[in-house]
Amino acid sequence: MQRLINFQPGRTLKTGLGLIPFLLLLLAYQIGSDIRKAENEQDKLLPSFEEIADGIDRMAFQPSRRTGEYLFWQDTQSSLLRLAKGISIAAFIGLIVGLAAGSIPIIAAPLSPFITAISLIPPMAILPVLFIVFGLGELSKVMLIVIGVCPFLIRDILQRTQELPREQLVKAQTLGGNSWQIILRVILPQILPRLADAVRLSLGAAWLFLIAAEAIASTDGLGYRIFLVRRYMSMDVILPYVVWITLLAFTIDWCLLKLSQKLFPWYHAEK
Amino acid sequence: MTAFIELNRVSKHYGGNVVLENLSCDVSEGEFVTLVGASGCGKSTFLKLLLGTEGVTSGHLLMSGQAVPLEPSAERGIVFQKYSVFPHLNVRENVALGIEFDGNPWLGRLFGKSRRAALQQADDWLESVGLEQASTQFPHELSGGMQQRLALAQALIKKPKILLLDEPFGALDPGIRKDMHELVLKLWKKHQLTVFMVTHDLQEGFHLGSRLWVFDKVRHDPHAPNRFGSTITYDLPLRAEDPLAMTPEVNEITDQLSISSNVKQLRLATK
Repeated sequence: MQRLINFQPGRTLKTGLGLIPFLLLLLAYQIGSDIRKAENEQDKLLPSFEEIADGIDRMAFQPSRRTGEYLFWQDTQSSLLRLAKGISIAAFIGLIVGLAAGSIPIIAAPLSPFITAISLIPPMAILPVLFIVFGLGELSKVMLIVIGVCPFLIRDILQRTQELPREQLVKAQTLGGNSWQIILRVILPQILPRLADAVRLSLGAAWLFLIAAEAIASTDGLGYRIFLVRRYMSMDVILPYVVWITLLAFTIDWCLLKLSQKLFPWYHAEK
Repeated sequence: MTAFIELNRVSKHYGGNVVLENLSCDVSEGEFVTLVGASGCGKSTFLKLLLGTEGVTSGHLLMSGQAVPLEPSAERGIVFQKYSVFPHLNVRENVALGIEFDGNPWLGRLFGKSRRAALQQADDWLESVGLEQASTQFPHELSGGMQQRLALAQALIKKPKILLLDEPFGALDPGIRKDMHELVLKLWKKHQLTVFMVTHDLQEGFHLGSRLWVFDKVRHDPHAPNRFGSTITYDLPLRAEDPLAMTPEVNEITDQLSISSNVKQLRLATK
């Protein structure tokens, strides 16, 4: 008899087993919804799948009666745009600062303790400050994402840069490279795939800050919509939105991974 | 011949830890010096002094009459045991990098005609180390021996005055090591290099070198093992071309060495 720790499920079995928790969740939901509906036809807490389908149809495929827009897509577009802006700015700053501090000790000396201190400030605590300084417009929401994930990115890139084998830097110097050339041709290209990793790790936090900012002050966006319809207990809208956000987060993460594998095959082969 | 490398009472301490003391020696251009000794005897530290990543604590270490610069430079090539090649560049780009650093101080990158010329030059060097078949592969696709061949080509394209080898074949299989020995001897003769090679394999030291240095402690304080450092206890000229002719001498030396308990493992290495 084979030991359990040695038994590897085949491809089909693995996929099947992977699906089971999802199906169980749907089933549990269905049963819960049925029980509540049997008690009260008007129950809004666990809407039936038909009601959810109605909710999706209303939000995504019919123009809003008030503005004539397709709210679901409008929300998605606004949120993704904010997320993209926030993440791009944070990644850019993280790369430049992290790379500079990681490769040049004299830059790391004043910066490193400061970044550590900054990264300990809970970003949500300074959200009011952002609203006061940058107003209630787009800028403060993007800034929350930037401030939320930037310290992490800087610290991560700094550490990855310092982790590059010392031998490589010595070797590059014996090939006649100056500091700038070595940063550009030896360090930067090896840090880019690590930046992709760091961005993927920071996406969860970025979504958190995005939804928080939208919930507090916004006129559209996925987070805004969820918190708006909460007043009417519209679980038929909230639940599909949550599933949609999860799906978007998964897709972005997957795309980044694939992009990194395509651009930096040597990095993924090494691991 | 005038001395190319001069050691005049060279010592190296790390705090109260004396690693090397009182090294005095002259090395002429074109010598192949192999450095052997028990682990922790300071032979790698000596290589770092030559490389410039560490400075002498007292005494003088001169190259062509000048103090060895305290930074790695193109006149001193190096091959480490590992991490000598750049994983993000393919084989010929790895070799061409040394030329690209020279050709473009700002970007460290060549374009068009000059890039093609650099790659052509790289290909010539790859041929001389027997890697011409692998020129478009990435380092992670190469075996350990091929990676060390690449590291050699990379170092030699800069035409260094000194080639430093830090246990370059320590991680290789015996058969492959033998091929590498032939390659190194061939390159040494062809390009009239001055080579310093650290090895823990005494047989290898005898076989490759034109001169063998044994590092060991001459004074011992059992209560303070770091009180005294190593020095060059044997400085043997090796002239025989045929390694077999050396065998009696090898035995004699190992017998002498085995008096000191520190070098017992050297004797094992020759068996």
